[in-house]
Amino acid sequence: MDFKNRDIISINDFSKEELLHILKVVKQIENKPKNNLLKGKLLATLFFEPSTRTRLSFISAMEQLGGEVLGFADSESTSRQKGESLWDTIRMTEQYADAIIIRHPLEGSGRLAAEAASIPVINGGDGSNQHPTQTILDMYTILKTKGKLENLHVGFVGDLKYGRTVHSLVMALSHFSPTFYFIAPDALQIPESYLDELFQKKIEYNKTSDLTRFSRELDILYVTRIQKERFPDPLEYEKFKDVYTINKSFLQNVKKDLKIMHPLPRVSEIDKSVDATQHAAYFEQAAFGIPVRKALLALVLGKVK
Amino acid sequence: MGRKKIKKKGVRKNRRSREKIKAKKIDPSSPKSESKKELTISAIDDGTVIDHIPSDATFKVADILRLEKHDGVVSIATNLHSKSVGSKGIVKVGGKSLTQDEVNKIAIVAPDATVNIITNYNVKEKIKVKSPDFIDNVVKCSNPVCITNNEQVNTKFYVVKKDPLKIRCHYCERNMGKEDIQII
Ligand SMILES: [Zn+2]
Repeated sequence: MDFKNRDIISINDFSKEELLHILKVVKQIENKPKNNLLKGKLLATLFFEPSTRTRLSFISAMEQLGGEVLGFADSESTSRQKGESLWDTIRMTEQYADAIIIRHPLEGSGRLAAEAASIPVINGGDGSNQHPTQTILDMYTILKTKGKLENLHVGFVGDLKYGRTVHSLVMALSHFSPTFYFIAPDALQIPESYLDELFQKKIEYNKTSDLTRFSRELDILYVTRIQKERFPDPLEYEKFKDVYTINKSFLQNVKKDLKIMHPLPRVSEIDKSVDATQHAAYFEQAAFGIPVRKALLALVLGKVK
Repeated sequence: MGRKKIKKKGVRKNRRSREKIKAKKIDPSSPKSESKKELTISAIDDGTVIDHIPSDATFKVADILRLEKHDGVVSIATNLHSKSVGSKGIVKVGGKSLTQDEVNKIAIVAPDATVNIITNYNVKEKIKVKSPDFIDNVVKCSNPVCITNNEQVNTKFYVVKKDPLKIRCHYCERNMGKEDIQII
């Protein structure tokens, strides 16, 4: 499989075989990082909105493989203020770099950037649409902590309506015969369009607002933050905030090998007492950000097949 | 990496003036309206008649065909009584035969429409509309934070489901139903 010059824009662009291949390369790189793999390569980081973690993780991945980075951290210093179009910004940037990572508040900006550029473009988040490198690291975390991707019972709790990490992971895991559990208040449940797709793919799912109802079934529980501003009524928020907190008493009724994931940062949805248990996988998950981004850079720059 | 596939075009200005279009409205409650409708909008000798358009899509069909720029005869009637669709519209365009591409675009808003090509007052050809799989620069994305609503870029949609119509934006990946469809 050759990923040279490919863009990484949406998780939906990748087949099951391609996803498995990427995960295999992540494992190779994690086990045996080659320090000079990207020597002489230049990555442009175009961050039209701040995202310190994503940006630092790409810079770190690039530099650990011997490559170099140029770019800007937020839109303050960019040509965007002068009214330059995204198309033109990309056409300029590609003169200086071998690959581009873009984060932009408008949805579809990654796709447009990829169309403008003749060099590979990696989407580092476009509004609430896609963040494919996060999804690949979520999949890698599941593979590492469970030893497999097939036939898992995966729960999602929190803001399932707006959470793009949830939507992308649901689509990606759909290739691997999962059973899904969507746990959220009605106002924040997963959009119908995703359920339609799961139905068409004959994937079993359950929808509930009760956190404990399926707790014994779960192999993975993916927790996301509920943002106060998503609730029309602040009192509703206060109610749900506490209902959906993962704590030690919740863990009394789960499988011994349940793994809890979270894209971080968390606020109060996972109690600190959970951190020291065998269930916590979220710090490990965050650490996989580096090997995943190393693998993707090496793949699109044609240094690994 | 994909520039070679794409040509960039400026966004078309959205002019909605319909001064040239003569529209007559018929009382839908009139029992004779189905048979009388041919009299109320004049027959054409050469051109195209698009019939069985859902009433709420009549002017969208006119938009799709850019009829405000057409200099032949154009007649538009809407809110007509129809046994098969309930309330329907008819668009007659003199001196113009529709291309298959235009017919496919009409299918986006009027999946049951019939298209008759008229020569010498006779129906020369009936074309069945067929929903396209791909919609290029016809529909506006309903997502305000979509890049297509903020940069000069042609919209592109994939038809996910034909009935009821569901289309997906190539850029922001949001789905839109028939009720969200706005013609550029
Ligand atoms: Zn869109």
